[in-house]
Amino acid sequence: MNLAPSRLRPSETARAGLGSLAARRLRSALSALGIAIGIASLVAVLGLSDSSKSALLDQIGALGTNLLTIEAGSGFGAGDAALPETSVATVSRVPTVEATSAVYAVDAGVYRNDLVPEDLTGGISVYGTDPGLLGALNGEIALGSFLTEATRDHPVAVVGAIAAERLGVRNLDQPVRLYIGDRWVEVAGVLEPFALAANLDRAVLIGDRAAERYYDTELAPATVYVRVHEDHIDATRDVLAATVDPENPEEAEISRPSDLLEARSAAESSFTSLFLGLGAVALLVGGIGVANVMVIGVIERRGEIGLRRAIGATRAHIRRQFFTEALTLATLGGTAGVLLGVAVTYGYSLAQGWRVIMPPVAVIGGFAAAVAIGVIAGVYPAIRASRVSPTEALRSAS
Amino acid sequence: MSEHQPPAIELRGVSKIYPGSPPVKALDDVSVQIGRGQIVAVVGQSGSGKSTMLNVMGTLDQPTSGSVLIEDTDTSLLTDNQLSAIRGRRVGFVFQRFFLLSGIAVIDNVANGLLYTGATRPHRRKAAEAVLERVGLGARRWHKPDELSGGEMQRVAIARALVGEPAFVLADEPTGNLDSASSNSIIELLFSLHDEGRTIVVITHNEAIAAAMPRQLQILDGRLVRDTGTVPQ
Repeated sequence: MNLAPSRLRPSETARAGLGSLAARRLRSALSALGIAIGIASLVAVLGLSDSSKSALLDQIGALGTNLLTIEAGSGFGAGDAALPETSVATVSRVPTVEATSAVYAVDAGVYRNDLVPEDLTGGISVYGTDPGLLGALNGEIALGSFLTEATRDHPVAVVGAIAAERLGVRNLDQPVRLYIGDRWVEVAGVLEPFALAANLDRAVLIGDRAAERYYDTELAPATVYVRVHEDHIDATRDVLAATVDPENPEEAEISRPSDLLEARSAAESSFTSLFLGLGAVALLVGGIGVANVMVIGVIERRGEIGLRRAIGATRAHIRRQFFTEALTLATLGGTAGVLLGVAVTYGYSLAQGWRVIMPPVAVIGGFAAAVAIGVIAGVYPAIRASRVSPTEALRSAS
Repeated sequence: MSEHQPPAIELRGVSKIYPGSPPVKALDDVSVQIGRGQIVAVVGQSGSGKSTMLNVMGTLDQPTSGSVLIEDTDTSLLTDNQLSAIRGRRVGFVFQRFFLLSGIAVIDNVANGLLYTGATRPHRRKAAEAVLERVGLGARRWHKPDELSGGEMQRVAIARALVGEPAFVLADEPTGNLDSASSNSIIELLFSLHDEGRTIVVITHNEAIAAAMPRQLQILDGRLVRDTGTVPQ
């Protein structure tokens, strides 16, 4: 007898795999869900971390990493150290310095009117500064205008973002006045928050010359802001302390505000690894779920396995059928997971106002991980199904 | 039947021992020939080895010793895959519990009889349609199995066994799960298939059914103790 070997068309292998999944819809959906959640969390974590990092980097880029600040250090001697009064002038002579500005502490409280008790300052400080501050800090005006050469000499103020909220300055349609020290001051403008100088958000700024004239003002700058040529940041940083205070260079503290943002970005990266780990655990659990469903399926479907062997299926056919099922489950779960992860990334990023970055490695990797899980989860049940003895299967099937 | 035509099935000194302590001798040196076109009843008590003999005849199980010849081919020389091919193309099985796939229509259950021959789906469905007409279920072909009565389900199973034009049909207690009316119609169907020249081996507990068969094999403790007709019809 010359017999053609048993043969199952590939389309039939797929049909058999899909058919039995369709016959157990709920169970298939639940086990695919496990994988979907794992993949979705991996994809979303990668997408969100890239999107948020890009938002942060955009912010850093917009603000510039070339801003340095000089403040008085705590000093070694008794009492608070102070920067020399000539700091701004000496620093601006350094050739790599592009712009310099400073704020001077003014000893006065800010009040909405002259009826507010003197001790209710609301935690708002007053600084004198020059019109160049806004440019040096890459700051933005929300309302009105910043100090100008004209208003520098007069009792005119610009209010920081948080200070404006606390003082109830919401618009400048009508002239607004604040009671600073024991004098009424006209509000010229309100600032947007400063990313690189958050302490100024809680401050009211007046012209430095006005401060000197009307108030008790420190002659030594509280903070000097320095914009440095991009290519010489480190070199400039090294000489700034000695430039400011050649006698006591250790008393001038130089810092770079953008370092803080970069540290935040690094901190977010470490959270990303944590969440990736959690996603991997979810995926593992999902894979075990698929393997579990497949093993139960093998036990439950002994009758079907026996019948298929009786109508001509080889062990390889049975193996392929169960393997296809596991792979299909994992692929469906993976596809759903990738879509879900992308949707979460888009939704959350847009809600946060971030630019959406969907790294291809997340999409491709997520899908590949699902397929890999399907392969791993499917191998054992498939082999087990193919080793079922047909007579045993037919006898013991329920 | 002419002399040179080989029997559909031949068992030569077949024994089947299931390992264990003590080992179970399910078949003990059974030799028998089933000629083409015969209808044969296999009778015996539960546990006598009837089902083992049927499984060995259909190559679902391999004997411990002796050989099984299907149309003169010694199956002991074949690989597992070749045995699968024989089952897929030359043997039709009918089981007491039908083993229909519940999720798919009657016609596809029948067409599955050709699944592992590599035939295309339209071809398989066409063949299935013809066989369903033959067993009287043409009108039910798009129903799901659980919409059918037990007797109808067994007809579907018989159609599935026949769809590949096998050399013989092995039926293991085909009426065991059926009421007497359904049983009778199934037995009638088997006889009419026999009239068409098909080779059929039926295991049955039912003495009336066995008595109606022209040839009976009685198994006791794994041995063939009675054969009412060794001469091929």
